[in-house]
Amino acid sequence: MSDFKINTNHLKLLEDEAIFVMREIAAQFERPALLFSGGKDSIVLVHLARKAFWPAKIPFPLMHIDTGHNFDETIEFRDNLAKEFGCELLVKYVQDSIDQGKAVEEKGVNASRNKLQTVTLLDAIEEEKLDCAIGGGRRDEEKARAKERFFSHRDEFGQWDPKNQRPELWNIFNGRKNMGEHFRVFPISNWTELDVWQYIMHENIKLPNLYYTHKRKVFERDGVWLAWAPFMELKSTEVVKELDVRCRTIGDITCTGVTLSTANTLNEIVSEIAASRITERGGRADDKRSEAAMEDRKKEGYF
Amino acid sequence: MELKPEIGLLRFTTAGSVDDGKSTLIGRLLYDSKSIFEDQLENITETSKRKGNEEVDLSLLTDGLRAEREQGITIDVAYRYFSTPNRKFIIADTPGHIQYTRNMVTGASTADVAVILIDARNGVIEQSIRHTFIAALLDMKHIIFCINKMDLVDFSEQKFNEIEADVKSLAKNVGARSIHIIPISAKFGDNVVDKSENLKWFNGETLLHLLETVRIADDYNSKFVRFPVQYVIRPQSDKYHDFRGYAGRVSGGKLFVGDKVTVLPSMLTSKIKSIEDFGNERYDAKSGDSITICLEDDIDISRGNMIVPSDNLPEVAKEFNVMMCWFNEKPMLAKGKYILRHSTNEVKAILSSINTKLNINTLEEDTEDKEIRMNDIANVTIKVASPVFIDDYKNNHVSGSIILIDEATNETVAAGMVVK
Repeated sequence: MSDFKINTNHLKLLEDEAIFVMREIAAQFERPALLFSGGKDSIVLVHLARKAFWPAKIPFPLMHIDTGHNFDETIEFRDNLAKEFGCELLVKYVQDSIDQGKAVEEKGVNASRNKLQTVTLLDAIEEEKLDCAIGGGRRDEEKARAKERFFSHRDEFGQWDPKNQRPELWNIFNGRKNMGEHFRVFPISNWTELDVWQYIMHENIKLPNLYYTHKRKVFERDGVWLAWAPFMELKSTEVVKELDVRCRTIGDITCTGVTLSTANTLNEIVSEIAASRITERGGRADDKRSEAAMEDRKKEGYF
Repeated sequence: MELKPEIGLLRFTTAGSVDDGKSTLIGRLLYDSKSIFEDQLENITETSKRKGNEEVDLSLLTDGLRAEREQGITIDVAYRYFSTPNRKFIIADTPGHIQYTRNMVTGASTADVAVILIDARNGVIEQSIRHTFIAALLDMKHIIFCINKMDLVDFSEQKFNEIEADVKSLAKNVGARSIHIIPISAKFGDNVVDKSENLKWFNGETLLHLLETVRIADDYNSKFVRFPVQYVIRPQSDKYHDFRGYAGRVSGGKLFVGDKVTVLPSMLTSKIKSIEDFGNERYDAKSGDSITICLEDDIDISRGNMIVPSDNLPEVAKEFNVMMCWFNEKPMLAKGKYILRHSTNEVKAILSSINTKLNINTLEEDTEDKEIRMNDIANVTIKVASPVFIDDYKNNHVSGSIILIDEATNETVAAGMVVK
């Protein structure tokens, strides 16, 4: 842990706040669902939801928008988690949106289904008549997210209007809406990446093995190490190597950067994050597309 | 590992206009405390260059939306995070242009401390009055005045002393709780993180050191303990067949197992049988804790009810006064009907009278002008369809605050603090 003193006193406050938000969701919405990606943030959300409603079960389903480009471990982990905690699990496939002609596969070496998820997500919200989608978005992740509310209103087209958001005061959350509109709610808005990791360590939360060091076939693109998968197109200069890596975030395999690391325990990971000089989204190709990449995707209805 | 939330997290809001160097100050705090990551720095360095700036424009760190970067303005409250080994900080950064009051009220509502910037060349001006008034109205635990741009007044001690005297009298006027005044230069970093060589005559602490050490713990001895019920937990399982728990967050003071409590509005009394926390047995819960309470007796309780200690009840009111800040472009309707949210309770409300409107630049009261527009602050009387359980805002921020919602648009149009 070298020179970095771990201070966990603030975790209790962040947890209390997130649990408060979870309970407001259950009280204010008729059909919420928790967006579950298999990544650490959504795993933390499930843990917080369990705490919020204990000893009852989580009163809303988990929903996974599946790009089909997953790490196998993520899917296995997802299914086990839902079973262990008795959660209802909804899975919606980007492939279905493509087959229905609603989404078009991107072409070229940087092709990703990340952006296509928006179509599937908005369809799923309509199909399941959801009035609230709970997300693991955090304000520290990205500068457009820094302006996000806990209770974030979406119009009937699923769009976010950042310039016309409802003021949010004290801990009074206004989830009132008209038919067809919905909310995105972010219980861990005020957490940073380090908070999430410290909390995982403090609560001893189980994570997919991908977050710990493992040998994986990877290649370097634009200064970021990406996991290799058989369907990925490589540029002529790119070489696949097998290295010791771990994932810092887990998303669609095509745009999730991996970190060269031999960190094998939560303790080692927390130290590594604390010492890191690059943000976790710095390793995500989806955010490198332009300066306002996240803002644009969010306006359209992205997570 | 023992958790002591009272020293771990400080939320502060920053106030100052575009020219006061507020974004520069925040950028400086993030930069000097090494909270800026390499990719963020790379990103803003590149953007600064593209815009033709010689120095790295640290304000680009906080202005996240495309329109903001293009126009060089801040649109809305932005939240920023940084940590030192001693504390985690959440900054609610509010812009300084027209919608100022609305944004500062919003930012301050979740903050413990307000940092107010004053340009050393201009001293206390109208907007300093406005900022200080709002910070005091929202009952900040501390207000820190940063007398900025000391470099432009030759780091003059005399200049600082003049401003300090004005600030002290202003703070007294608006009833601020606790104030601190620091001479700084955000641009060059004097007294922000490191002690200034140029301001040797100043014996006080640097801004960061003050933020790291200032006391912000809630008063756990407060008698105004309130537990608004958020949600009723009834597991449909064999193991917990008879479990009936009331989920919520304690505000003000502490609750103990065995406490005699009264449930509002029914006024029925019972005792706290247990305090549930994910299977951990607890004997008490303090302000801020999200817990579940079980009572000795079977009482009908639902969301919007409030559990309180029987020896200190809030006022059960059908009519009360608030200091209200209007947020919406549509002016307030005299005798207008709105939805009022108070903690977890929602009732219909009528704005029955406008008592005084406040000019927050001069602090003069106006009893003639009854037109309440966006960013106005007024003392108004609210009548509600069914009683709400209120305390003076100064005694409890949760039971002392309300918002108003427009029934037609569902927008949050106003916020109010209960005054007696």
